[in-house]
Amino acid sequence: MKQLSELKLKVLDLLKEDARRDPKLLATLLGVSSEEVAAAIAELEEDHVIVKYATVINSSKLDDEKVTALIEVQITPERGRGFEAIAERIYLFPQVMSVYLMSGAYDLLVEVEGRNLKEVASFVSDKLSPLESVLSTKTHFILKKYKQDGIIFEDPEEDRRLMISP
Amino acid sequence: MSVKSQGQAEQNENSMTSYLAPRVRDIKPSGIRRFFDLASGNKDIITLGVGEPDFITPWHVREACVYSLERGFTSYTSNAGTPELREAIAEYLYNSYEVKYNPKDEILVTVGASEAIDLALRALIVPGDEILVPAPCYISYSPITEVGGGVPVEIETFAKDNFKLKPEQLKAAITPKSKVLILNYPSNPTGGTMSYEDWLPIAKIVEEHDLIVISDEIYSELTYGDKHVSFASIPGMKDRTILVNGFSKAFAMTGWRMGYACGHPDLIYAMLKIHQYTVMCAPVMGQVAALEALKNGLKEKDLMVESYNQRRRLIVQGLRDVGLSCHEPQGAFYAFPSVESTGLSSDEFATRLLVEAKVAAVPGNVFGAGGEGFLRCSYATSVNQISEALHRMGQFIHKLKQG
Repeated sequence: MKQLSELKLKVLDLLKEDARRDPKLLATLLGVSSEEVAAAIAELEEDHVIVKYATVINSSKLDDEKVTALIEVQITPERGRGFEAIAERIYLFPQVMSVYLMSGAYDLLVEVEGRNLKEVASFVSDKLSPLESVLSTKTHFILKKYKQDGIIFEDPEEDRRLMISP
Repeated sequence: MSVKSQGQAEQNENSMTSYLAPRVRDIKPSGIRRFFDLASGNKDIITLGVGEPDFITPWHVREACVYSLERGFTSYTSNAGTPELREAIAEYLYNSYEVKYNPKDEILVTVGASEAIDLALRALIVPGDEILVPAPCYISYSPITEVGGGVPVEIETFAKDNFKLKPEQLKAAITPKSKVLILNYPSNPTGGTMSYEDWLPIAKIVEEHDLIVISDEIYSELTYGDKHVSFASIPGMKDRTILVNGFSKAFAMTGWRMGYACGHPDLIYAMLKIHQYTVMCAPVMGQVAALEALKNGLKEKDLMVESYNQRRRLIVQGLRDVGLSCHEPQGAFYAFPSVESTGLSSDEFATRLLVEAKVAAVPGNVFGAGGEGFLRCSYATSVNQISEALHRMGQFIHKLKQG
């Protein structure tokens, strides 16, 4: 893996905070030209360092709040292909939000989203468990999200400073 | 006393003010106060008027304080502060600024840097002494000096010099009564800084005229070009300097009120005497938190400095784009643009900006000599808020020019 330049790292930090910042603003903040920033972003996108610009949604604010579960999956790896093939078979389902290969008591951690408990449960029993290399599953439903990817959902740390101070 | 009679206090011959010591009664109210009253309570206002970090104290620091309370750390500490904290301060100052202080008798932990400045002035001033203060400057130096019977002498500094203190200006202000020079670099409100080369001729004059220096270096961590140079680190200056610093700005700990003073044991001992009879010791919870900040907070501090630097570039560029001339501040978190080109005074500009454009900033004239014609804009606020404030200022100035 090649070392990213300092500029690219700083651009990533700023975009991670707010992906809508344009190159002109980033350039001013970093004290470089817009062209340099645009080129850095283009390269980051090209190299798939920047994968996507997504929006973080607090789904508890929506009327049709979804149900999310974290599922511990134990599997037997396939000969020659390790965990990759089975991971792919799992992550291609659109209900699956994320898949991690884990160390420890189980192998894959799978995040699944559904409209209700029943939908998630039937995904596990109909799609996930029947896979040949899946040995066992353990489903944990998420009751509340406080923080995700470093973002606190209901930020309690409001600005309490006085409007004017010396 | 009722609210009504307070308001009439000056005219009312039965008022209690006649009991006040004249040197206290005559302290002028801070010019910031009026703006505070104008701005407060209005949620549409974007404020560039805040003189403190917009970060909340890092969690590990808060958590250390909570843990210490759980374990029952609630008693007095030694007057000068806990030995652990004084040792950590000594190590930090040596590593960061190459100044060496003995934690035993050369460091005093205070209630904010403000108390340290008050103690230093009280320990030094004999009524009639002249106290030299480069200006525009932080608003409290002159009033505290006056309370102690000293005479503040402001030395005007200029935007064309990036608000550095020039040796010829210092020399011109010195009289046989000059005793103390108060320095505050990086500067609130100008963001000006002083380099090693800038300090050398100043140090020479200090020596020649046998001055004592109170160096308020509370913004020492917030520099964006060259690293901060402590005045106490200039050869020959350590013994005649009372170095004042604290945790408020570097570690986002304003409300904890944790500061310290370092200097010659004779001076620190004198300050300690006043401190022990007035406040006894700085709060123990704050001392625990400050120790944690020094032990484990330096990396987080660096991230905050980088973030200020980004916003500094944004606001300086933005102020110039809306047509205000603005020197490049190298420290603290203030830009100090000139509003002269608008034809308005500092106070008129700031008042109208607040009322008509809903942007709060502090007019330069409240910071003493040389402040008229300028506006202090704090960039310790979010990128989005700064961008919106600049947008509103642009429209306001455009309207001024047409009107």
